[in-house]
Amino acid sequence: MTVAMNNETIINRPRSGALKWDLIGIIVIVVCAALGYVLFPDNLALLTRILAVALLVLSLDLVTGYCGVATLGHAALFGSGAYAAGILSAHFGINNPFLMTFGGIIAGAIAGLFCAVIMLRAHGLPQLVLSIALIYLFHEFANKASSWTGGSDGLAGIMPGPVFGLYEFDLFGHTAYFFGVALLLIVFVLLRILLRSPFGLLCRGIREDPLRIRAMGASPKTALVKMYVISGAVAGTGGALSAISTQVVALDALSFTQSAEALVMLVLGGTGSLFGAIAGTLIFMLFEDYVSAANPFHWLTMVGALLIAVVLFAPKGIYGTAVARFSRRGEGSQ
Amino acid sequence: MSALFEVTNLKRSFGGLVVTNNVSLSMAPGDRVALIGPNGAGKTTFVNLVTGTLPPSSGEVRLGGETITRINAIGRVRRGLVRSFQVTRLFQDMTPAEHVGLAVLQRDGRAGRLFGNFLSMPDVMAEVSGLLEKLGLAELSHRKVSETAYGQQRLLEIALALALKPKVLLLDEPAAGVPQSDTGLIEQALDDLPKDLAVLMIEHDMDLVFRFAKRVIVLAGGSIIFDGLPADVTKDARVREAYLGSYANASHVA
Ligand SMILES: Nc1ncnc2c1ncn2[C@@H]1O[C@H](COP(=O)(O)OP(=O)(O)O)[C@@H](O)[C@H]1O
Ligand SMILES: [Mg+2]
Repeated sequence: MTVAMNNETIINRPRSGALKWDLIGIIVIVVCAALGYVLFPDNLALLTRILAVALLVLSLDLVTGYCGVATLGHAALFGSGAYAAGILSAHFGINNPFLMTFGGIIAGAIAGLFCAVIMLRAHGLPQLVLSIALIYLFHEFANKASSWTGGSDGLAGIMPGPVFGLYEFDLFGHTAYFFGVALLLIVFVLLRILLRSPFGLLCRGIREDPLRIRAMGASPKTALVKMYVISGAVAGTGGALSAISTQVVALDALSFTQSAEALVMLVLGGTGSLFGAIAGTLIFMLFEDYVSAANPFHWLTMVGALLIAVVLFAPKGIYGTAVARFSRRGEGSQ
Repeated sequence: MSALFEVTNLKRSFGGLVVTNNVSLSMAPGDRVALIGPNGAGKTTFVNLVTGTLPPSSGEVRLGGETITRINAIGRVRRGLVRSFQVTRLFQDMTPAEHVGLAVLQRDGRAGRLFGNFLSMPDVMAEVSGLLEKLGLAELSHRKVSETAYGQQRLLEIALALALKPKVLLLDEPAAGVPQSDTGLIEQALDDLPKDLAVLMIEHDMDLVFRFAKRVIVLAGGSIIFDGLPADVTKDARVREAYLGSYANASHVA
């Protein structure tokens, strides 16, 4: 307490600099994107896939990291976006990449609403089981509706037109990569705004103590449904990006495996932070790509070992632990 | 008779144990009532029942003439029935300003807004700093709650409740766990509560009870055994009996 008194002049101001951090975040993303472009010009397809999955993991972070809802079915939202964007092009000839993305956003949001209405009826373990049931249902539905989705053969015939009528989606994936980076940047900025809004504050409260939030007259359930819809829009964006960039949608987009991997990436990077979600995706997918090429028989063993190491030695995730270390050192040296 | 807050024949049991037994009371605006009773008398359960956290077995709760027995906890808060918790329930990662800011936004129906930051909303911040100042928490406005002392957290519980502009305020042991040196702050805060607010305070510290309350209700074994003036409570035979062998003897504090 004496410490608090001594520092009161410093403390009596809100922690400002939110805009500064927004800017730093944007710069970091742009620099990393440029580095990726320069260092791996032949591997833009992988980088674009990382961008799409990063959107899925960001979306998962919104409900799991910020609101405390654990789910193993989040790819349902991502896959819905991917199929919607793909079907718009393959069946309706709507090839404008922005319209396709918009279709993905809407489909993701609707899938989010649907999942929320079912999942939020339960808590804890039953809720987790519901999320798994949902992803199986979505997967099976897409599988059976093969005249629309191509079933297990995948949805082909997706032909996105040029961006702004100028930039064709080329064989090397340049356009897709820039399109993806732009989407990630826009989502990042919008989520930063969302997370410090009154609604963002409310969600932080819900994660810590939903009962307290009720005692303040707010409905945690309403807020969670809303967050699920927003999360669905973000995941749908990622799904649309995946459909547009690869020009095919496979059933994997809507799988339990994809859902579980997204959760693994989130925990790896650190929940409850946008950078944690992005970093986790990047590390996991680069690691997966590198190790599976180097040793195709044991890469899962390596991924498993990495995960165990992170959970045991860096429980806040790689990014989260790095931040905690860094800020503790900063305090100590004051 | 136009009571602001009225409870009739409220009953609740857990298994075979009757914890709230036919409790009836009514309060008018500006009332200052202390609810006392030995540990396990059912005081917190009473608060849980009337706020809708716990469904009663039978009985009725009315607020401002409206029967709210079938309205959920959220709806009751929105109608002006607000409580604090015996053990503070605060968001450890948030600052006092964020707590009160969220409560103000919520009360005004703005907690669902997806953009903007309340720190740059002048009307919200004016109310936030006003309330925190009043409770002596101004210097801690932007510190995490986990870094503040327990006494200050108790004050923040009161600030949080006040930010919701209640009509009826139920304080569950607002001074519990507060070091003796800091109870003065709580007492000051209680003194400063809005005059037209009806307050029911559960409290064990009899000094605080006698300074605060114009009326004392004693609960024992789930039933009201006394409802009257503070001056009469220690003379009451049943009250003495209820407290005998308990942690406190009411006759000492008169
Ligand atoms: N959820 C519950 N389930 C079973 N018994 C309970 C529950 N809540 C309270 N009780 C019992 O009800 C009695 C009254 O508890 P409480 O209202 O907390 O007392 P007080 O606040 O007066 O100390 C106690 O005997 C307690 O064990
Ligand atoms: Mg109690």
